[in-house]
Amino acid sequence: MMTIDASGMHYKELNRLIREGIANGVKKFFIENVNGQYYIGDGIKGDDVVININGTPGNDLGAFMDGPTLTVNNNAQDNVGNTMNAGKIIINGDAGDVVGYGMRGGRIFIRGNAGYRVGIHMKGYNEQLPVIMIGGKVGSFFAEYMAGGVIVLLGLEDDDSDELDIDYFASGMHGGTIFIRKKIDFSKFSNEAELYEIDDKDADFLKEYLTDFANSFNISIEEIYKKPFYKIVPSSARPYAHLYTSA
Amino acid sequence: MLKIKNKFNTERDISGCGLCGIINAKKVKTNGSDIKKAISVEHDRGNGLGGGFAVYGNYPDYADLYAFHIMYDNLSAKSDVEDYLRNNFIVEKEEHIPTFKTSKIFDHPYLHRYFIKPKSDRQDKLFHELEDDDFVVNSVMLINQNYDGAYVFSSGKNMGAFKGVGYPEDIADFYRLEEIEGYMWTAHNRFPTNTPGWWGGAHPFTLLDWSIVHNGEISSYGINKRYLEMYKYNMALRTDTEVITYILDLLIRKHKIPVRLALTVLASPFYQKIDKMENDKKKLYTALRQVYGSALLNGPFAIVFGYSGGMVAMNDRIKLRPLVAASNGDFTYVASEEAAIRAVCQSPDMIWSPKAGEPVMVEFNDIKEKTSLKGGLLSL
Amino acid sequence: MTKSSFSNIQSEYLAVIDHNKCVRCKRCIQNCGWGTYSFGGDKILADHSKCVACGRCYTYCPEGAISIIKNPTVIRENANWQEPLVKNIWRQSETGGIVISGMGTTFKYKKYFDHILLDACQVTNPSIDPLREPMELRTFLGKKPSKLDLDFDEKGEPVLKTKMPPQIELQTPFVFGAMSYGSISLNAQKAMALAARALGIVMNTGEGGLHDDLVPFGKNIIVQVASGRFGVHRDYLNSGVAVEIKIGQGAKPGIGGHLPGEKIGIDISRTRMIPVGTDAISPAPHHDIYSIEDLRQLIYAIKEATEYEKPVSVKVAAVHNIAAIVSGIVRAGADIVYIDGYSGGTGAAPIVIRDHVGIPIELALAQVDERLREEGIRNEASIIAAGSIRSSADAVKAIALGADAVAIGTAALIVMGCHVCGKCNTGNCSWGITTQRPELVRRLDPEVYGERLYNLISAWSHEIQEVLGAMGVNSIESLRGSRERLRGIELTDAELKALGIKHAGL
Ligand code: SF4
Ligand code: SF4
Repeated sequence: MMTIDASGMHYKELNRLIREGIANGVKKFFIENVNGQYYIGDGIKGDDVVININGTPGNDLGAFMDGPTLTVNNNAQDNVGNTMNAGKIIINGDAGDVVGYGMRGGRIFIRGNAGYRVGIHMKGYNEQLPVIMIGGKVGSFFAEYMAGGVIVLLGLEDDDSDELDIDYFASGMHGGTIFIRKKIDFSKFSNEAELYEIDDKDADFLKEYLTDFANSFNISIEEIYKKPFYKIVPSSARPYAHLYTSA
Repeated sequence: MLKIKNKFNTERDISGCGLCGIINAKKVKTNGSDIKKAISVEHDRGNGLGGGFAVYGNYPDYADLYAFHIMYDNLSAKSDVEDYLRNNFIVEKEEHIPTFKTSKIFDHPYLHRYFIKPKSDRQDKLFHELEDDDFVVNSVMLINQNYDGAYVFSSGKNMGAFKGVGYPEDIADFYRLEEIEGYMWTAHNRFPTNTPGWWGGAHPFTLLDWSIVHNGEISSYGINKRYLEMYKYNMALRTDTEVITYILDLLIRKHKIPVRLALTVLASPFYQKIDKMENDKKKLYTALRQVYGSALLNGPFAIVFGYSGGMVAMNDRIKLRPLVAASNGDFTYVASEEAAIRAVCQSPDMIWSPKAGEPVMVEFNDIKEKTSLKGGLLSL
Repeated sequence: MTKSSFSNIQSEYLAVIDHNKCVRCKRCIQNCGWGTYSFGGDKILADHSKCVACGRCYTYCPEGAISIIKNPTVIRENANWQEPLVKNIWRQSETGGIVISGMGTTFKYKKYFDHILLDACQVTNPSIDPLREPMELRTFLGKKPSKLDLDFDEKGEPVLKTKMPPQIELQTPFVFGAMSYGSISLNAQKAMALAARALGIVMNTGEGGLHDDLVPFGKNIIVQVASGRFGVHRDYLNSGVAVEIKIGQGAKPGIGGHLPGEKIGIDISRTRMIPVGTDAISPAPHHDIYSIEDLRQLIYAIKEATEYEKPVSVKVAAVHNIAAIVSGIVRAGADIVYIDGYSGGTGAAPIVIRDHVGIPIELALAQVDERLREEGIRNEASIIAAGSIRSSADAVKAIALGADAVAIGTAALIVMGCHVCGKCNTGNCSWGITTQRPELVRRLDPEVYGERLYNLISAWSHEIQEVLGAMGVNSIESLRGSRERLRGIELTDAELKALGIKHAGL
């Protein structure tokens, strides 16, 4: 175990300490007084490494990360899990814009809301299945160019309404699945995606993740199942096949 | 019309030439007749369009003051420059530079010298804290660039440059060098190829205590100049010598690179050689090339430069220009031709031709804290 | 709407077979990637509409029986309504599509390299004979400190105190430009990797990930990170000598790219780490970069992931305000800036972009170098110039204008047989270059073309040495940025000013 007091520390130093710790076999880190340090967990490896973060971590939390688990006890800023390959990021508050950009594997759980452009260009590959789950709401343009993986949008906040309040999303989607826990008026959205009710296979799949999510944040699973789930999938893996003509 | 600045429509003024240097390591002084005799042997290397000398140890009474030699085209330039000097410097003494009008040198600028030091409450202090040396450099560049009809051609302490349009032996008579005493002398005979001669363009080129005489045309001038411009040097004269001086000023004075190492920037060893060095040295020399590659002097050159600590003579890394050196007791001589040395020292203890890119360095014996030479005799 | 059955677009070329010479060996049928030829029972038939003049058939016809000629049937000449414009209108009216094409622009804009003359020594300084004297081309790419700090050991010998930032060492100032596995074939990439290793230079993965077969070439590879983040993970970032962030490409500044799903086979899927058969879409911007400080953020995210041991390069297209943009990139922490001029090549680009957006590399480079010097930060990053370097002369001129090295893209493909037919986007390249069809890829032998690439770059390097010798310098760093050795010819004052050179004669 290793505790680092990050107050006033530059990210370069903080991340060096973490990398050094991992190299020396430390499995559990507690980082206190974090405030704005970028790149925590950037490019680190190790499935059994767990990093607890107290304070507000800076941008690019867990970028290029490949295995470890990061738990943030407060809000996080922009670019959480940028191009992440494996591992888990748990955020007890809100997250900023561009969560999980180009993410290829691992899980990002956000208790609260996430900002704009969540899950752009996420992609699955072989057994790697990136999953972003958001307890609250998201801003516009999420799942653009989505190529694989799963985004689960719960909208637990403001649970009186039965309709999800989102604008533009899933344009250019050509892979993966979005699950939403409320209806939306789909007619005004992406040409490239379609809305369905979930089937049994989907329900089984969701169950595992919803349980994990509920446990991570001490939410009752019944609460989550209060509303029905729908799924959004791309109409084609080739959204732009007919856009071009050769000179 | 008199020309003290390069007003010709050329990007650059180039020339061929001859050079000499004499130093006494114990600081025993000699007058200017030997150096005159030596350089006059190299008469045919010039064409009468530029000759000059630098001498060290000639102003012992004002050794702590910057000695400015300024040439003027007209008297109004003089009064403008003097206003500037009085505003920023304490002028301890000023006088006409003694000359002797010969039939050979009749058309010359007004030549004046000032012994000065920067005022502690000068105006520029409102904006920045400059060391005295830096302030002097800025002042020299300011005058040479902005004051029409005025040109500072010497600005060091206890040293001076004496130069003009003419053969060096005539310039020596004009400045009455036989009446001047110094422990180090350098001389130059110029053969300009793309401009008529002009007074400021004669060698030596000086800045602070640096004085440079140089032979050959540097083929890397274009990039050397642009490199220096990045460090805010202003190439007012557009000569190779100016560029060499500024590179040395940047490396040695500003970047604190030891003299000998700075010379290996000017004539850097080939990678072939660097690759064979042992590790630390290889790292150093590779880094020098990586960082200072734009300061490499490429093409033919031989230079002799004097500074307060001694004298260095060197040629380019593939020896495209001649250089001969000799030692006799405490005296060391360097010249473009052996005959120039023999003219003043019939049978030296030793006489040799330095290898390509390998400097001949002589330091004064009394230099104890050899700051600029910290590296000692670092052999390549 | 129903599709109309006829097309206005007549074949551009005619594949004419001399049936007297033809021995019906059918090699042409086999060789043509576009299916121009078929066997009609007794003789070879040619479907002219399919011919793109890629040159493969006549190169491999044993009898010299094939000539490819321009279709003599003309569209009436009109300086305003030129043939390609008319044809594109027909194409678009028939398909409703955006017109795309491969390779760089076909427009006849002024080529500035062809209006720049080099200097040589005569008498006042000597030329140097490169055959006898050392002539150094070694080049280091990466951030250089503005000065060195030294320590002194016990003996008083200076030792280096400054920690030098990481550098890429090139034995000659060339790199291969970024071309992804997907846009070109693996064999084409392998040919470049082999040549890069033999030459002591580097190639660039482009945005296609790093194929397992190329992993052993890590010392000669720059890995690229682009907006699609294909194949990008921690180990990938650490597998080359440097990481390049691709912001833009000369042939298509400001837009992304789509590698169509039909080109994503198993192997490409593995390398890009995406499923088989899906479009590989690179969005126009990086969605984590909407401003210069975001670029800084990505640069340092990569530096953290590579523990500050790899230089980070940023590739941008030459656009109008390039000098200020590059200054920003350098201040954002890039160690290398790769500038791609508007005539650079591409696997596929909409022609409306390719032919109309961007500026020439010569002007961009001159402005960038000048700007960085004015700001006193030229040492902070190396510059790679690209965007159709067609000869060693172009390379020399680019370096004298201020580039540290030049990148070769199209020229490298020409080595592999490319005839610049511009049909790379179709995936049918008969030369096995810009195709993934196994029967076509197989014909490109990496060893053979690796050696030819080696020959080309060696020959160009020798030519540069000749030029340096004529200029009287024996090291490439004495040419770099030395605009004094350049003069313009047939250029206006504005053009000379933009290039920072004088007119010939002055
Ligand atoms: S390759 Fe030449 S000889 Fe062979 S079938 Fe084709 S045209 Fe005839
Ligand atoms: S690489 Fe492109 S331009 Fe070259 S021959 Fe192949 S298809 Fe044609």
